[in-house]
Amino acid sequence: MYTFLLSKIEVGSHLYVELTDNLHFHAETVFVSTLVVGVVCLFLILGTSDLQKIPGDLQNLTEVVYETVKSIAVTQMGPSYYSQFLPFIATIFLFVLGSNWAGALIPWKLIELPEGELSAPTNDINTTACLALLTSLSYFFAGFKIKGIGYFKRYVKPALFLLPINIVEDFTKPLSLNFRLFGNVVADELTVAVICSLVPFIVPVPIMMLGLFASSIQALIFATLAANYIGEVIE
Amino acid sequence: MVDSIVSAASVVAAAIAVGFAGLGPGIGQGNAAGQAVEGIARQPEAEGKIRGTLLLSLAFMESLTIYGLVVALSLLFANPFTG
Repeated sequence: MYTFLLSKIEVGSHLYVELTDNLHFHAETVFVSTLVVGVVCLFLILGTSDLQKIPGDLQNLTEVVYETVKSIAVTQMGPSYYSQFLPFIATIFLFVLGSNWAGALIPWKLIELPEGELSAPTNDINTTACLALLTSLSYFFAGFKIKGIGYFKRYVKPALFLLPINIVEDFTKPLSLNFRLFGNVVADELTVAVICSLVPFIVPVPIMMLGLFASSIQALIFATLAANYIGEVIE
Repeated sequence: MVDSIVSAASVVAAAIAVGFAGLGPGIGQGNAAGQAVEGIARQPEAEGKIRGTLLLSLAFMESLTIYGLVVALSLLFANPFTG
């Protein structure tokens, strides 16, 4: 639609790669998310490969990340169960943070695509839907693993007449997680794009900084909510 | 003809969706921030904790606005009623 120096407004256009008649995927989303996974893995491997008593810069950063994620997990799930679900929470946190920042920090416009645009993977609703569904799968799994069949008692608490609401909640949880992340990332990018179309010089920079801050908060929120849902099931 | 009416209605609906979705969370966020400032003024040493909780709850309120925004965006860019 509108072309700018480093980015442009495009909602809902993707670079489709057809595998079969019914199966196709969004190439730019898959590419950037693979890149993010690679960068996060590299960071963690480098940060933890050569552990020192007096940590260097990279190890310090890794420790800060670990402490953050651990404090999220401990406050939401309690000290006795958190360690089983810490890897999941940490994965969600790092992936969401990495993909949000990948969309904002890397000038993707320099790479031309025939259709669609390289940007944050979380800007595609399929990525966030997948993360949200993984979250709900993991809290079902957590409930069955720790409570066994007694998991279903949760649905008639605190009273029997709340049963329909509790069942509906299982569907609204992933839906709201999904829309929250997707909407926030798209809103950030749209705000920057609109400001860029008005004043494409210096003025958008504070908005971009705000976007960076907001997307890190979103990663925190997503991880906190995932931990909270798991914690609420196993408590 | 019908198509243009649908488009016009969608644009108006998108504007209304974002407008009203911004109204409630705006009031809520104002309340929350005011209370947080009060809390910090009363107990300046608890500032870090209050700030963390405030940011988290602001983001939750923000997500309500975002739901309105998602509805507006789908009306503008992925409208199921036109063509």
